[in-house]
Amino acid sequence: MSTYYYSKTHECFRLEDGEAVVSITPYAVEQLGEVTYVQLPEVGKHFALGEAFGEVESVKTVSELYAPISGTVKAVNSSLDDAPEQLNEDPLSQGWLIRLSADKLEELDDCLDQAEYQAYLDQLA
Amino acid sequence: MSEPQRTPLNARHKAAGARMVDFGGWEMPVQYTSILAEHAAVREAAGLFDVSHMGVFELSGPDALAAGQYLVPNDLARLQPGQGLYTQLCNPSGGVLDDLLIFALTPTCFWLVVNAGNRESDFHWVSSQLGGFEARLCRKPDPLGILALQGPRTLDILTPLAPLNLDTFKPFSIQQSTLAGHTVWISRSGYTGEDGVEIYAPHAALEPIWDLLLSSGQPAGLVPVGLGARDTLRLEAAMPLYGHELDDQTSPLEAGLGWSVKLSKSDDFIGKAALQAMQAAPLPKKRVGFSMPGSKRAPRQGYTLYSGEQPIGQVTSGSLSPTLGYPIGMAYLDGPWTADRPLPDSFEVDIRGQRYPAQLVKLPFYRRNR
Repeated sequence: MSTYYYSKTHECFRLEDGEAVVSITPYAVEQLGEVTYVQLPEVGKHFALGEAFGEVESVKTVSELYAPISGTVKAVNSSLDDAPEQLNEDPLSQGWLIRLSADKLEELDDCLDQAEYQAYLDQLA
Repeated sequence: MSEPQRTPLNARHKAAGARMVDFGGWEMPVQYTSILAEHAAVREAAGLFDVSHMGVFELSGPDALAAGQYLVPNDLARLQPGQGLYTQLCNPSGGVLDDLLIFALTPTCFWLVVNAGNRESDFHWVSSQLGGFEARLCRKPDPLGILALQGPRTLDILTPLAPLNLDTFKPFSIQQSTLAGHTVWISRSGYTGEDGVEIYAPHAALEPIWDLLLSSGQPAGLVPVGLGARDTLRLEAAMPLYGHELDDQTSPLEAGLGWSVKLSKSDDFIGKAALQAMQAAPLPKKRVGFSMPGSKRAPRQGYTLYSGEQPIGQVTSGSLSPTLGYPIGMAYLDGPWTADRPLPDSFEVDIRGQRYPAQLVKLPFYRRNR
């Protein structure tokens, strides 16, 4: 089971081959409801921590996606174009969004870990 | 922040796994399972909604009819006891303070069913207009909750459980009945574009009625439905939502609700002069529907419509249409629209900085087979 790092804006990522594989959290998916459209950036674009890199739209609402760590986009999950429902079904693996080069590993210190994120959610409820 | 208000069915919603949201100060279910599945259930079978956040007021007294006629543009004199209609409360400029259903229970007693977000302001507005009338407005002393049972299987589910005179149970009529051992009122009305009823019951009766309907209706496909699908259903049926298509700067004529404005009735009513003047000239703005068959992104309230580089209006509601499978929306196009300057057949919607083509379509987007 991978270690996940979380943001207060409900993105999360795991580190794989030195890259951050970014998803939105199961909590965020639940809040959105059925996802109808995901807009993702082009490979090669750079995003600073907290910068909007895309958006996810559901029947009910639309939300921006924020980079949970700084980095350059190495890959995007283009299968979400035709099958955005993968975000609902399996947000952490099939429904991954982008891979970032994660060039500022010191930012990991400021990410929430699983327990801290859960505590943050409990406080939202 | 103040505590949200809760309906008597709050615990039922949570036990059913609903995701709860704040709606006009009320903690309400937005969805139980999925907006798309709940929407489809209402179009194909039936859905049960808790709409107890809406308000029911009673206007009564010897002058109740005259007071009602003064308050709304529609014609209450046409109602026999047991009949109702859709109308608005307007301000003197013809702007809409709320839209509502009014039912005549007796010749001197009317029910006003109003939106959750406006129930306090409506109560004060109506009360303040009764000075010249021998009539009074009260909140129902035994507070009433409202359940909406909507969809083509509604009567199949309801009639074995609640005695009704089906010969007179026409759209917008209301009858007293009993359900789960409680006296209730049932109207043939709703907010989904399907056949359906709304059930007015005392708070203590809501849980037993909710449980009975869901268990009895389950074989027919009845499911509980949240506010998410309520919104997509009413959007497809092109029914206005206060705060989106209606506000105090918008007249019922601009909103395309002229069919409910009876300028010919002899009684004066609040806003009549303003609406008469507006009727005599091209409208300053007009509610329209549009569709975006090629787009994956949906229009949302506040987005701007463009014809070339010219902004021509604003979106009031929009969503993926679950029935049609592509995005639809309603908007106001800035007039005046005349024979020399007809409504455009197509335009563009600015969705967060990108333009997408949209086609003007006739409302409603969805009409049920009768």
